[in-house]
Amino acid sequence: MNWTTFLALLGRDAHVARRNIVPLLLQTFLQPMMFVFVFGRVMVSSGYMPAAYKSLLLPGIMAISMVFTGVWAVAMPLIAEFQFTREIEDRLLAPIEISWLAIEKVIFGTMQALVAGLVVIPMAWLLLRPVEFNLHSPLRFAWVTVLVALFSACGGLALGCSVSQTHIGLMFSMVLTPMIFFGCTYYPWSALAHFPILQKVVLINPLVYASEGLRGTLVPQFPHLPVLAVLIVLTAFDALFLAVGLRQFHAKAVS
Amino acid sequence: MLAGIRTRDLRKVYTSPPPLASGGGFGFGAARGKGKKQPKAEIVALDGISLEVSPGEIFGLLGPNGAGKSTTVGVLTTRVRPTGGQAWIGEHDVWGEQVAVKRLIGVVQQRPNLDFTLTAREILLFHGAYFGVDSKTRGEHAEKLLDRFKLTDRADQMVRGFSGGMMQRLSIARAMMHDPQVLFLDEPSAGLDPQTRLLLWEIIREYNQSGKTILLTTHNMEEADALCQRLAIIDHGKNIALGTPAELKASVPGGYLLRLRFGQHSPEMLQRLQALAGVREVRPNNDHSADVYADRGGSLVGEIANLASGAAVELCDVHISEPSLENLFLHHTGRSLRD
Repeated sequence: MNWTTFLALLGRDAHVARRNIVPLLLQTFLQPMMFVFVFGRVMVSSGYMPAAYKSLLLPGIMAISMVFTGVWAVAMPLIAEFQFTREIEDRLLAPIEISWLAIEKVIFGTMQALVAGLVVIPMAWLLLRPVEFNLHSPLRFAWVTVLVALFSACGGLALGCSVSQTHIGLMFSMVLTPMIFFGCTYYPWSALAHFPILQKVVLINPLVYASEGLRGTLVPQFPHLPVLAVLIVLTAFDALFLAVGLRQFHAKAVS
Repeated sequence: MLAGIRTRDLRKVYTSPPPLASGGGFGFGAARGKGKKQPKAEIVALDGISLEVSPGEIFGLLGPNGAGKSTTVGVLTTRVRPTGGQAWIGEHDVWGEQVAVKRLIGVVQQRPNLDFTLTAREILLFHGAYFGVDSKTRGEHAEKLLDRFKLTDRADQMVRGFSGGMMQRLSIARAMMHDPQVLFLDEPSAGLDPQTRLLLWEIIREYNQSGKTILLTTHNMEEADALCQRLAIIDHGKNIALGTPAELKASVPGGYLLRLRFGQHSPEMLQRLQALAGVREVRPNNDHSADVYADRGGSLVGEIANLASGAAVELCDVHISEPSLENLFLHHTGRSLRD
């Protein structure tokens, strides 16, 4: 493992991110802010939702924000760089095993997803006061958060190396949107009890574990899946997406 | 440490389009046939290429589009996985020790593939950083290269707005940024104006004089002649001729080529053509045409016309080519570069 090259690759991504800081911030913060405002403030203060809904919603918004940011941060540059212009070529020729370039993208995406997720908390606190956090195990919360960020970045790698530029719209409408609606983001998993088949089917959606895991560690007063099970499944999803992503990356990178 | 290039019986069969990492230039459309319903089309890009390039040599790969030049470069630069055979840069097996190989090589691919999110200077600096060049050397080296390739005044602009020629120059500067032992240039002068081409040739020669090995691909005989110490002519993924430019040119009998088209020719007439002064070789292509290799061109036309009318054969068309890669290629393959 060649750390000098690895850090230079990270440095390049950080440099590009710094250059695009304004769109990046807008993309990271605008959506969760609107979610928090509309669902947490408008719906609750107008009386359509009970006040407790604000706290229930928070982990879901955090999960959506992280998954969107992580997938976007890794998939979009990869799709562009693997296009006809092959902008990635110079980095593929850097003196490092090419898998590390994919891993570098995942690490950078994970960091962005973490920022996007964690920023939801102060944002919610500012816009939704009062919110009932119950952070009884910060370590477990940190663990879940890192796994969620990693899963979104690894998912971004797998998608970014499998989807062509012409199918970006399809990726959002066919993959990400159903994931979000059936990802237990706006409601806890137990709320699906009236739809027993759907309740089983959504278990293949990794976002369910992200939302439920954050719910279980951030606002455990609401019903949620067991945190330990969430940790195990999220780890498995991380490993699966990373493996698929690396395979696809190699297939794209080498003819 | 000097490093040469060696390949043994390289084969590459593409089963899925398009071979982007090979740098393009590979004619896929015609061979793929009609449509998606067919089973996987197999395209043989390399069919047993064996080469040996000595350390410090400027070696040229010459051939038409789709001959396998870019794929050869792709295999040697870890970008295209060969279906068979082996390749070495210096002592390192390209596919066994990729990282060690990547340290030794600089690559200019056929299509500019610059990092569009960076400025020209940043492209050079980050490239240096990937190779662990320290920050001070990086800055100095980038400055020098920008100056050498006449890019200083645009150094801090994003490359998105650069012209094709500027992108090409920057791609070459980038490949030299970490001072590689072996430099691969895939069609380096494509898209450059004549003046810049001369500048590039000068830079390549200078780089070679510091002991570096250079492998370039081209379909321009003039370039091959001006730069390369040895050449391989490649067609259909096979190495069909190897030698110094002088040797290769001498391998074409006479040098001039007259492509003749008749109403219908006869064996006797071809024999009489062969007997004309200066004619080295006559090759009939079919009943209507023949290629005449000779050491003179235009002055033969009158004699050929007389000979044809004497034999009551209609001479429909005459095309004269001066000594060129085209003739060389035709002589070795029986096929025009443009076919």
